[in-house]
Amino acid sequence: MKVITRLWRSSLGKKYLMALSGIALWVFVIGHLLGNLQVFLGPEKINGYAHFLKSQAGLLWGSRLGLLAMVVLHVASAISLSRQNRAARPIDYGAGAPPLAASYASRTMLMSGLIVAFFIVYHLLHYTLIVPAVNLQGVDFATYQRKLADNSETPDVYRMMIVGFRHPAVAASYVIAVGLLCLHLSHGLSSMFQSLGITRFSREGRDCFARGVGLLLFLGYCSIPISILLGFGKEVVK
Amino acid sequence: MKVRLKVWRQKNAESPGGFETYDTPDLNSNMSFLEMLDVVNEDLAGRGQEPIAFDHDCREGICGTCSLVINGKPHGPHRKVATCQTYMRSFKDGETIVVEPFRAKPFPLIRDLVVDRKSFDRIIQSGGFISVRTGSAPDANSTPVPKIHSDLAMDAAQCIGCGACVAACKNASAMLFVSAKVSHLGLLPQGQPERDRRVMAMVTTMDEEGFGSCTVTGSCEAVCPKAISLDFIARMNRDYGVALIKGEPRRNQASEGGA
Repeated sequence: MKVITRLWRSSLGKKYLMALSGIALWVFVIGHLLGNLQVFLGPEKINGYAHFLKSQAGLLWGSRLGLLAMVVLHVASAISLSRQNRAARPIDYGAGAPPLAASYASRTMLMSGLIVAFFIVYHLLHYTLIVPAVNLQGVDFATYQRKLADNSETPDVYRMMIVGFRHPAVAASYVIAVGLLCLHLSHGLSSMFQSLGITRFSREGRDCFARGVGLLLFLGYCSIPISILLGFGKEVVK
Repeated sequence: MKVRLKVWRQKNAESPGGFETYDTPDLNSNMSFLEMLDVVNEDLAGRGQEPIAFDHDCREGICGTCSLVINGKPHGPHRKVATCQTYMRSFKDGETIVVEPFRAKPFPLIRDLVVDRKSFDRIIQSGGFISVRTGSAPDANSTPVPKIHSDLAMDAAQCIGCGACVAACKNASAMLFVSAKVSHLGLLPQGQPERDRRVMAMVTTMDEEGFGSCTVTGSCEAVCPKAISLDFIARMNRDYGVALIKGEPRRNQASEGGA
């Protein structure tokens, strides 16, 4: 117990928590992308994947609760650290120059993170809790069902994605949020090594890795709404 | 040459401060920034005005006493030098130069450009002693030190404790300073017996003094007059984590019917 209170009380300890929860969330971001990219393999594939996830209640709820815990840990440490950081520098410089040598991503971590967090709430309302009011298409995704071999019904995720992203505002908000997430990762992934004291890799290497991964994830995630806006899968829309 | 100074003037911590503008007398471009301030102060005193208070001591870049944020950058426009090694030739004739004190809650302002950096001394004090054999001088090379460790330890020992890292950091984090001090002894054989205790104590004091935490922006490294590397912060993070897991040293639990 003493280790936990000590971890939370110390600035370095909270940085470890940031880094470790960040790694867990990053792994989810990769997994989620791999799952979503199956949309390009056709309705059977992605609907089968969605059905598989839904049928594994233990795995599904275990990951959901685990992810929620990681989000809470990440956000709580971030807010606590930011408050300390602001208190440590109550007066700004009059010369008005931005902090020296600090990248844009590094200066905006809190903001990019919070915007992404708000987007995730919207995204969950949109596709997980399927609240009709937020999809801007005037349809209820809950009615998108397909029949399985044994005549039971399961959500038609493929159609939900296509119809959902055909609205330009929805697609645009997604691209912006994913852009901010990848900006966040382009600094966060590299800082994670620093916070955990992993000096095995050079700093240039770490930065390169973080930016490369950020860019790849951005391209991967954006390929979905952009393809759909350009007409991919339009056959499901009557 | 002449320049126009926009200087932060503040009588003491309690009274409000503000920028005052002064046109300097004619300057020699080979004067250091501090010599320029001496000339301005002489001029101010001659006109019956209160001279500008600023910190200085050795004026050769090794004591860590001079401070100043010049045009938004601690220690002025150049890299790897302190304010005392910044010369007026680095500025343009007629330029307006903004001069401010280091800004951080753990560095309370005393007067004008002078801040109280005793929080650094308290961090050093909390680091404590090292256990070494005293008495006659040990034989040369009796304690082998790997070359890479001695190089890194000497790089860390370069830190003059000026506080520019804190002044530059948007979070007023002292981690570059603390990590240099932690690493410098942590890398050498003489520093091993108290290594864990030292890093725990110094980080705890750093937090208690109210410094912020590191968000790896790299501002500290960019302004450090001794070019201390950000890699030392990673080293400190690792040392602290190891010390946290190991915990305080303690005796083994007594076995049944023990000694």
